[in-house]
Amino acid sequence: MTVASSDPAILAEGLQKQYRGHTALHRVDLAVPAGTVLGVLGPNGAGKTTTVRILATLVEPSAGRAVVAGHDVVREGKEVRRRIGLAGQYAAVDELLTGRENMVLLAKLLRYGRRGAALRAAELLERFELTDAADRTVGTYSGGMRRRLDLATCVIGDPQVLFLDEPSTGLDPTSRSVLWDVVRDLVANGVTILLTTQYLEEADALADRIAVIDAGRVIAEDTPAALKRMVGSERLEVTLARPESLADAVAALATLGSAQEPVADPATLRVSVQLDRGGLDEVARAAVALREKGVDTVDFEVCKPTLDDVFFQLTGTGQKKESRR
Amino acid sequence: MTSTTDAAVSPTTAEATASTAADPAASTPVPRSAESRGALLGYLGDTLALAGRHLIHLRRSPGRLVLVTMTPLVMLVAVGYLFRNSMNVPGGVPYEDFILAGIAVQVGLSGVGPTAIGVALDLRHGLVDRFRSLPIAPSAVLIGRTLADLFVGAVSLTAVSLVGLAVGWRPHEGVLRTAAGFAVLLAFIYTMLWLGILLGTTQKNVEAIDGTGALVLVVFSFLSNAYVGVNGLPEWLRPVAQWNPVTAVITTCRRLWGNDPSGAAGSGFAADHPGVVAAITLTAILVIAVAGSVRGFEKAIGR
Repeated sequence: MTVASSDPAILAEGLQKQYRGHTALHRVDLAVPAGTVLGVLGPNGAGKTTTVRILATLVEPSAGRAVVAGHDVVREGKEVRRRIGLAGQYAAVDELLTGRENMVLLAKLLRYGRRGAALRAAELLERFELTDAADRTVGTYSGGMRRRLDLATCVIGDPQVLFLDEPSTGLDPTSRSVLWDVVRDLVANGVTILLTTQYLEEADALADRIAVIDAGRVIAEDTPAALKRMVGSERLEVTLARPESLADAVAALATLGSAQEPVADPATLRVSVQLDRGGLDEVARAAVALREKGVDTVDFEVCKPTLDDVFFQLTGTGQKKESRR
Repeated sequence: MTSTTDAAVSPTTAEATASTAADPAASTPVPRSAESRGALLGYLGDTLALAGRHLIHLRRSPGRLVLVTMTPLVMLVAVGYLFRNSMNVPGGVPYEDFILAGIAVQVGLSGVGPTAIGVALDLRHGLVDRFRSLPIAPSAVLIGRTLADLFVGAVSLTAVSLVGLAVGWRPHEGVLRTAAGFAVLLAFIYTMLWLGILLGTTQKNVEAIDGTGALVLVVFSFLSNAYVGVNGLPEWLRPVAQWNPVTAVITTCRRLWGNDPSGAAGSGFAADHPGVVAAITLTAILVIAVAGSVRGFEKAIGR
């Protein structure tokens, strides 16, 4: 299903939020096209949750405006709420109710009527693979099942826009991959998703675009690939067998003519060089150059920049990357 | 500016929704539009659905019912039965008759803490966020809870009355006046529930809520004529006890049931017109508690 709308499904302009004594959001601008996933990445306390709560109409911004699914979050909150689903940091399901009772309650509140609610609950329990556990109280569910139920309750009303606040926090790898499948499935059905995460891997796997938030500001917004390009291209890392060949190795790798000089780390016997063009040819030339100088290596690795690198570089806590060179 | 955005987006939105609905499963249930039911009926439906949630809780974990019922029952048995020969009330009313209204108000007082804790936990566990992200009136969440808790109060009140009858309590003024007394008690219980909601929305710490609830129970019932007549209290405390809404409710019930010895309410305006004092003080508490709860609720969500 394609949504033939050029208007963003989520639009935030200059969002600010002040609480007594501190500013949670300084300025947040976002535009998420319909049917895409925006990953919002940032450390704890960066303003991710506040942003989600404003967009989901739970909190009013101190300044700025936001339009979600075509409606202003402050002036048309109810219209927005008809069109969104929100999964907060906690799986907001009632532990004393069964999975089915949780679903039926929310379906009733979404005005499905008694019979419609029962049908809708059964349908979604099936889709989220919870049918077997449907009539057990949620208190007996595993973390992954709870999260799935939480997501199922979010999509009862067929939302156009879904907010997922750190959806995989506390999930084991299996549950997380199930969650990712669910998210991809929703996107394939045309749902627009804004998900916050601390896991760069998760943003990389799911998001079409990524906004990096730090200290209440969006400090970068682009595709995962473009963000990685900002940090630089691939690097070749070679670990040497003997310390005395360090200088030879640097000289050999310098013949590749990279924009940056090779970097040597005597402590780990590692030499790394940027691969400007990338690809097998450049790796082969490096291997030949090292062989000609008679450098013995114990290990070599072609490293792609990760979102970790992006994150550390953007937020100024660049120590990790520097120390690896 | 927003109105032009609306005009541009609404048609595509409608199309998107329509195509979803017509998509693979034609049998997929579709929510009725808000307009298909009256706004008031819809609101009632939401409130009842939310109240239903608390009634399921009650079935799965009956602790609340036990707590709210046991406190007054224990007092009824301890004071009304074991100590009845040492308790003196002026005016020749049997102590079993005298004590029942005093015990019945404790159903309301002992419900304050549990209601507050329930509200605080829902706020803490994100359930309120979930409900608030739905297109329902926020007040339905709170009113739904008070309806379920009022049901608990009514069950508890029934238990107290039955045990009361067993230990010798008797109303003497006929069915209508007896029922009127229970209606006053239900109004009192409902008001106390809102006090509990106020506590739960403004105080996040569950232990602190528990302590405050216990304090409310002890202070309001001992500074009243629940166990002894007002004149049995130190003189400087008598005005406090006389104007205590709990005293007004108790005296109103005793008079409706023919359980009121002369002088148990003291003298003066509050003693002569307990119904008026009860109506005014309960209304005032209700208005303040509802307004404060709504504010506290909004603030708790807005964090």
